[in-house]
Amino acid sequence: MNETSLPKSTGGSQDGIEPIIEGLGGSGYIASRRIATAIFVAQNLNKPILVEGSAGVGKTELAISAAQWLDLPLIRMQCYEGLDESKALYEWKYGKQLLYTQILKDKMGDTLADADGLDGAMDRLHDFGDMFFSERFLEPRPLLKALQQERGAVLLIDEVDKSDEEFEAFLLEILSEFQVSIPEIGTIKATVAPLVFLTSNNMREMGDALKRRCLHLFIPLPDAKLEQRIVAARVPDIDERLKRQLVAFVQMLRQEDLKKLPSISETIDWARVLMLLHAESLNVDLVRDTLNVLLKFEQDFAAVRRSIPELTRKAAQA
Amino acid sequence: MQQTLENFLRALRAVDVRVSPAEAIDAHCTVEAVGYADRELLKDALCAALAKSEEEVDRYQECFDMFFSREEFREPPREFDSGSDRIADQPLAQMLAGGTGEEFAQAMEQAANEAGVANIRYATQRGLFMRRLLDRMGLRDLEKLIAELKRSGDPEDADIAARLDQGRDYLFDEARQYVNRQYELYARPAGEQLREEFLVETGLSAIEQRDFDRMHRIVRRMAKRLASRYNRRRKHTKRGVLDVGRTLRRNMAHDGIPFETQWKQTKIERPKIVVICDVSQSVAAAARFLLLFLYSLNEVIASLRAFAFSAFLDEISDILENKTVEAAIPEVLEKIGFRPTDYGQAFADFDEGFMDAVDRRTTVIILGDGRSNDGDPRIDLMRKLHDRSKAVIWLNPEPETFWGTGDSEMLRYRTFCHVAKTCSTVQDLERIIDDVLKSYIRA
Repeated sequence: MNETSLPKSTGGSQDGIEPIIEGLGGSGYIASRRIATAIFVAQNLNKPILVEGSAGVGKTELAISAAQWLDLPLIRMQCYEGLDESKALYEWKYGKQLLYTQILKDKMGDTLADADGLDGAMDRLHDFGDMFFSERFLEPRPLLKALQQERGAVLLIDEVDKSDEEFEAFLLEILSEFQVSIPEIGTIKATVAPLVFLTSNNMREMGDALKRRCLHLFIPLPDAKLEQRIVAARVPDIDERLKRQLVAFVQMLRQEDLKKLPSISETIDWARVLMLLHAESLNVDLVRDTLNVLLKFEQDFAAVRRSIPELTRKAAQA
Repeated sequence: MQQTLENFLRALRAVDVRVSPAEAIDAHCTVEAVGYADRELLKDALCAALAKSEEEVDRYQECFDMFFSREEFREPPREFDSGSDRIADQPLAQMLAGGTGEEFAQAMEQAANEAGVANIRYATQRGLFMRRLLDRMGLRDLEKLIAELKRSGDPEDADIAARLDQGRDYLFDEARQYVNRQYELYARPAGEQLREEFLVETGLSAIEQRDFDRMHRIVRRMAKRLASRYNRRRKHTKRGVLDVGRTLRRNMAHDGIPFETQWKQTKIERPKIVVICDVSQSVAAAARFLLLFLYSLNEVIASLRAFAFSAFLDEISDILENKTVEAAIPEVLEKIGFRPTDYGQAFADFDEGFMDAVDRRTTVIILGDGRSNDGDPRIDLMRKLHDRSKAVIWLNPEPETFWGTGDSEMLRYRTFCHVAKTCSTVQDLERIIDDVLKSYIRA
């Protein structure tokens, strides 16, 4: 790979990872060292990051916070089955093209009127160049938009595992060279490479080619200490004791055999709910009434129902 | 330092973390960006650049710790005057007399690089590499010196010689340990890989109990691979056939001028599979692994119903769903397994209780040897299964030449199978299931 041919990277810094942790902290995201390191390497190597982890551990949030911290526009693309180039990259503004041809009809008639013969008219037409297939008629979709930003951008390609394999292949050019080819216009290259996050829930194994072009970051469920800090950052007014107890409770819940383990976003939701109810500490009734915020399946609910009193008692001691 | 990184990448490859040349370049750039000073930072940064899945992250971390832990070298036994001019021109003897463990570690690493210890492949090479390593460190000169000192007859010399002897023993110990560590790092994982490759090609009935864990891993990987390929409902665009209605609707905004063409699509349904597995005496050896395969398949394919039979048939979907693999397989075998086979009865049970599970979108996979102990094979029910389902696939652990011999009803059953194949190794199993999914589910 020729380094010099790549556009310069977004917000690259040489100061190590502490500024990154602080910066993300400033926008309310408590990053572990590993997360910060991944961003540091991404900025220096100019590579996208493939973020994996179970639902709700803050994959998407990471990209949003990074955009806020770097003060760059966040461009988000949600992937789904059947997503194709025309929705991800660009589309021609058909309507506008049509409208313009109608309006310019007379004008064109005039221009072509004094041309001699069909060949002459043809040549004259060619002189207009590819008027109707120029950037003016190009409708940029997220990927193209991200490349066009002058100051750079944070590009979030969300749930890339939901897209089709063809689309994944199509991403390769953009992710490694930060350029796209549009047949009618040519190659469009980013002046400043965007910072790219791809998130995946492991619906399917991503292809090796895509993985090779990305840095890999796996975000695990947090330990108690980190989770307390996250709750404190997201729900600033929460009572110290309640925070400790609820985090302890969630941590214990994660040891159980559940279909869907509660993740950080659920913890935060629960904290907010408890705040709304003006709770100061956990008790059995409160937990039983609000547990549906944490558990999303009836089976899971049934599985822990009996152990609620014990878990609550243990959490209360935390 | 470049050499160190290269060696580390080799060690990573040995534990099956894939590092392509492009990723090696990334690794070098990463190191350039973060430097060697902060160990944690280096670890995390290289991890992001090299390990590409959760499992790879685990393996990477283990490998990193092992590789970069320069395990404490014991301090050399030094109780004598290093200034003695007897040993002045012998760097190794000097070091034995006055060096620290750290210095030894460095010297040994350098010698190891020169001797190419990282190329070690087999356990039997350990002696050879140890010898080479010690030669590079100057063992021969040391031995010559010791011999000379012993010969000289001077009591002081004899004393130094004795000390150096001790030092040499120390050196041997450390070198042995060092080579062992290198072997662990570079060669042992390759052995594991070899074992797995071997297992994949071994007949199911010949696999031993102690390889069960390993098999579980292999089978699981394979099931996941298959599932990710086929478990998604997909739309397929048929190029060439214009969908006039949808095209008109799409282009209303453009005055009905068809700027955007819409093509006819076919939907590909998710696989719907019913598996009927023989766990009787005649296939006892293979049954465990067939069940293992079923278990893994159940983890990854959403709509799978599993049945097991010997003298009678029962559904085992629940057991597979709710129990761990260690508990589920013995339970099935205890409940249903190891009785004499009765295919007729099994089909009758299936017909009575579960025939509605089969409709024309279902693929039925039967795993068994077709040996029915001379009972009524109930060919009529087999025909019914054939007529109702999308496809019936019979996988038989016996080679085709055995079919129809003795009490085997395979040739009669075969008539009503869309596919009947021998399936005796894990590799066969994967290939056949792959074919099955490809040809019958995507059609």
